[in-house]
Amino acid sequence: MKCLLKRIVVGVAAALPATAVLAAGEYVPVTDARLANPEPANWLQYRGNYAGWGYSPLAQITDGNVGKLQLAWAFATGQVEGHQSPPIVNNGYMFVTTPGAQVIALEAKTGKELWRYKKQLPGELLQLHPTNRGVALYGDRVYVATVDAFLVALDAKTGKEIWTKQVGDWKALQYITLAPLAAKGKIMVGSSGGETGVRGFVAAFDAASGDELWRTYTTAAPGEPGGDSWPEGAYKNGGGSIWITGSYDPDTNLAYWGTGNPAPWPTEGRKGDNLYTGSTIALDVDSGALKGYFQYNPNDAWDWDEVSAPLLIDTEINGRKVKSAVHAGRNGYLWVLERDGAKLNFVNAYSYVNNNTIESIDPKTGRPTYFEERRPGMNKGDVHFCPALWGGKDWTPEAYNPKTGLFYVPANNNLCAELPEPEPTKYKKGDLYIGYPIEAILTGLRWGKDATDAPKTIGEIQAWDIKTGKQVWAHKFPTFNWGPLLTTAGNLVFAGGTNDRKFRAFDATTGKQLWEAATPSGVTGVPTSFEVDGEQYVAVQSGWGVDAQRMQGGIDLLLGHPTHVPQGGTVMVYKLAN
Amino acid sequence: MKKHTTCAVAADQQLGSPARRRVFRIAAAGLAAGVGLNGRLAQAGSDGVAGPRVAIGDRLVEEDAEGLTVPLKVSDLTVGRPMLAFPYDAASKYARTDSRLNKVVLLRLPEEELDDDSKALSAGGVLAFSAVCTHQGCDLKTWMKGERVLACFCHSSKFDPLKQGKVVGGPAPRALPVLPLQLDGDEIVVAGEFSAAPGAAHQ
Repeated sequence: MKCLLKRIVVGVAAALPATAVLAAGEYVPVTDARLANPEPANWLQYRGNYAGWGYSPLAQITDGNVGKLQLAWAFATGQVEGHQSPPIVNNGYMFVTTPGAQVIALEAKTGKELWRYKKQLPGELLQLHPTNRGVALYGDRVYVATVDAFLVALDAKTGKEIWTKQVGDWKALQYITLAPLAAKGKIMVGSSGGETGVRGFVAAFDAASGDELWRTYTTAAPGEPGGDSWPEGAYKNGGGSIWITGSYDPDTNLAYWGTGNPAPWPTEGRKGDNLYTGSTIALDVDSGALKGYFQYNPNDAWDWDEVSAPLLIDTEINGRKVKSAVHAGRNGYLWVLERDGAKLNFVNAYSYVNNNTIESIDPKTGRPTYFEERRPGMNKGDVHFCPALWGGKDWTPEAYNPKTGLFYVPANNNLCAELPEPEPTKYKKGDLYIGYPIEAILTGLRWGKDATDAPKTIGEIQAWDIKTGKQVWAHKFPTFNWGPLLTTAGNLVFAGGTNDRKFRAFDATTGKQLWEAATPSGVTGVPTSFEVDGEQYVAVQSGWGVDAQRMQGGIDLLLGHPTHVPQGGTVMVYKLAN
Repeated sequence: MKKHTTCAVAADQQLGSPARRRVFRIAAAGLAAGVGLNGRLAQAGSDGVAGPRVAIGDRLVEEDAEGLTVPLKVSDLTVGRPMLAFPYDAASKYARTDSRLNKVVLLRLPEEELDDDSKALSAGGVLAFSAVCTHQGCDLKTWMKGERVLACFCHSSKFDPLKQGKVVGGPAPRALPVLPLQLDGDEIVVAGEFSAAPGAAHQ
């Protein structure tokens, strides 16, 4: 009997991928014009605007009243693991994604479920990073890229599947966790797999038909510019994965994407700069042509993906107007570049966490010189280096507030790592392609150089004035910080990221903590803000997992005791008490 | 547990049949409102492979074996160095590589370290487990000699091979399925079914 019931349920799931739809008012199509100039009330894409700011112009919730913030509603997703996607809002419709490739549409004011889409995942699939970082909205559709490397177009009002296209090969351990970028009739995505020997790419699909329009690889082949930065054949499994949404400048039609580490990790088999890994690349959105780049980590040896896209900020440096591209690097430097047409010119770089690996940065070109004794490799024994594999900042997005003029960085300081000598490695489809003993990686985290005791603080939120290159404030936490940032016109910065389940608000000018609330799990989700019926809301997903959990495991080994952070996803939505 | 496995495989096979599927659709139309959806059940065993994962009497062959497939002997394994392998039907010379959920990790330990329960499952000190982590499905092939656990790279789940694959660390929700072994001469032979269904539930 139990078996019969199970068969029937299997049949139901196969036949009806989405639940019936309840109307929630007119759905307003998302256009290029709206994405380029989003209304303050809405949060239409991953970071709110194309420039990647993570900024809401809403100012009903302020540094003066944020203490009265309280829960408006909460919604359990029914999923475990890392809930990282921003609640994306378009005129009362909210869209979140969860691990397990689900999309949930909610009424933004009440949390009422409108529809839910579940991509059926292959039973054989393995998930190195079980998460999803959100949808893209375009026209009257919702786009999601999945952990089994598909791109799916859904009807925004009903959740009905319109088309599904395979982007990569999950059997080769290509997988997608990023939110797509939508612009000019195209939906752009890339693939993860820096530890599985992928060849990174950005691919664009026609928003209407799903046809693939172009695909640009991030590792240069022989004969291409940069092709001579790899020994023969190494580019084919050379990494440079793309797993965070690009930023976009509609004026130049260039999208800026951050690229991941080269593969495998040891450098012996890939002498050269390994272009375009560890870089920001500028791609023409019409053709996919690579028009410019800047490489932060030539010949990287430390797993320093530079995947978070630069924030595009028009500013003034030394009395000169600069169209900047700013990126807090996993390599521990805050990079200020200038967008000069398609070129990305070095302006300045500032060390923002303890760093014993980069010796200097060329003041003209920005090219780093490394302390070679900090480069793990053959005949080197155990090599200690700072910052750790996860870097000064991993994928968690920074934020820029045009009112304060400050650039905010979610950082991890005082963490280092140790790697032993590499082991022989050969690319094999469907297997890890790393090059170090797994046991060493799992036990590789260290406190600061020569330190035996835990540092007093690790996680930080830092505020920088990029005009002067000065750090204005730093709010420090006793534990690490895996918290994406939101900043608002109410002079606020919002973030979770710590292992105590807290979600917090800070004074954007001073860094002083103004409000906090415990959530059901830990918060590594991207926070957003929106307005419905004249009221401002702040939304974030609570749901610990993935790399935050992994880093906690490494720290627990150093501490000698386990730290328990509960799992389970909840959409948390706050507003001011009436 | 064995019953559950049989049931999931049966559901898969039936889904493959068009006539059956039609019946399910009819059932679905009637039940959608009352029953709701359950992605997790829809996932069970959905690797599209109808054949058995393993059969009693199967030999084991190394995952990366090149050229001739040779059934593994105890002496092919180094103490403390895990090896990935697939069940192998010697009669038909068929290695069951059509699903990665059939993959096993072999670990040889000094025989004197095995208690009676582990000995009953082992062949000459060699123990076999599903090589697919029960958390998110990654390959399990790392022996942490310090902690004496099998560990998964993906999310650091840890399993104790001397306690029938029990979870001793990390996020895995259930023990690693054990595959009982016995010896035929020097050769390692499968002596029973997996103690539970291999693999992770993704939804």
